[in-house]
Amino acid sequence: MSRKRENYEKSFLFRLKRWMDGEVDLLENGMETVPLPKRRRYQEVEEKLSSKSEKSASGRGELSSDREELLSGGKKRFSADAEEKALRIYRRIYQVMSVVLCLSIIFVLLWTIAYLPVFGNAGNPDNNEVSARYIEKGLQETGAVNIVTGMILDYRAFDTFGESCVLFIGSCCVMVLLKIEKGSKSKKNQERLAKSQDRLYEPKNDVILQKCACVLVPVILLFGIYIVLNGHLSPGGGFSGGAVIGSGLILYLNAFGFEKTERLFTEKTYRRITVSALTFYCLAKSYSFFTGANHLESGIPLGAPGDIISSGLILPLNICVGLVVACTMYAFYALFRKGGM
Amino acid sequence: MADFLFNNIEETVSVILFGIGFTMLLLQQNLIKKIMGMNIMDTAVYLFLAAKGYIYGKMVPIVTDGVLEASAYINPVPSGLVLTGIVVSVSTTALMLALTIRLYERYHSLNLDEILMRAKKEEKS
Repeated sequence: MSRKRENYEKSFLFRLKRWMDGEVDLLENGMETVPLPKRRRYQEVEEKLSSKSEKSASGRGELSSDREELLSGGKKRFSADAEEKALRIYRRIYQVMSVVLCLSIIFVLLWTIAYLPVFGNAGNPDNNEVSARYIEKGLQETGAVNIVTGMILDYRAFDTFGESCVLFIGSCCVMVLLKIEKGSKSKKNQERLAKSQDRLYEPKNDVILQKCACVLVPVILLFGIYIVLNGHLSPGGGFSGGAVIGSGLILYLNAFGFEKTERLFTEKTYRRITVSALTFYCLAKSYSFFTGANHLESGIPLGAPGDIISSGLILPLNICVGLVVACTMYAFYALFRKGGM
Repeated sequence: MADFLFNNIEETVSVILFGIGFTMLLLQQNLIKKIMGMNIMDTAVYLFLAAKGYIYGKMVPIVTDGVLEASAYINPVPSGLVLTGIVVSVSTTALMLALTIRLYERYHSLNLDEILMRAKKEEKS
């Protein structure tokens, strides 16, 4: 028994437990990290409580005797001890309960999976007439060679419109939360502004990065444009192409700094591009829905399948989605890094 | 049961990943780690959907050589659903990270317990 206790300090489980509790940092000596102050929460609370009791005692003046002070401090400390103990018990119960809950969820889901149809079988119930209809009639009705693109930008275009709106609203929310207004003079704002301009660890005019970016950025942007424009012919489309363009812009920003990117991309351009792209998407799709629902001739030519300019509205809608996604990616990065574009 | 789990290895893995993400969400006190757990859960759902759409020996749903039979291609519907999921997860992750940054600026801590304690103290005073 006692031997076990001695070995427990070195055992794998003990170390694992310490690591899980966050008491040791495995990366401490391996990476360039700032060592965290090793001070536990409960100690902090206790210190605060004791300092507070001392303060209150001194504030009462000399009338309070030493004995009283000691007693009150002891009482406070005792209550803090009890609180700490209760907290520890609560956390232990919480951990056990959550592990049990998670294991039961995994078990129930695995049990469900045991009753699912076999993977990759053509006769599965999810390969029903819906997907068959998309595949058989898709090319004829939408003109898109890529059936997935034809599906998401023609049959379910409204859903994709919602997705682009989700991205737009997400970037708006991030802007509300993180934007630092340069004009306002309040103290808090000035503090945040000063903090955001503190760039100790960033490369400044790094030659290697700039040379690499000179070679890579045009290629990345061209590749992104290629993906967007070929969305209806090959794998890809507005979302993936837009993400590629956004990453190219972020690389350019990292290499050359905000002064260069602000010449071509400010908040005003961001607002104009996203809003006009979303408006165009909404109007174009409303028109096609209106004509389609009333059995009117929409007058949008489908073109020959396989050409770049074909498949009706899918190409412009892809461009719109690509613009929104690229702007949103860049906006996320700029807001997180500097609090503004 | 074990046979079926082995046959549906993709779904099994996705469910286990989902469980890992959920456990992280409950057990970790660090907000960044909670967001990581959320992202792992998202990924598990994508894996599940993509696995549901796959059919052995069939092509990607891009029409080649004018073949227009449904038996030649995999199911295109789950691919579209995965796309939706990715977009929503990107925006929610960005929103959560932004909220975390604001919380850190206010309370100088990423620990959820500590943030709640300080918020309560501020409410009282």
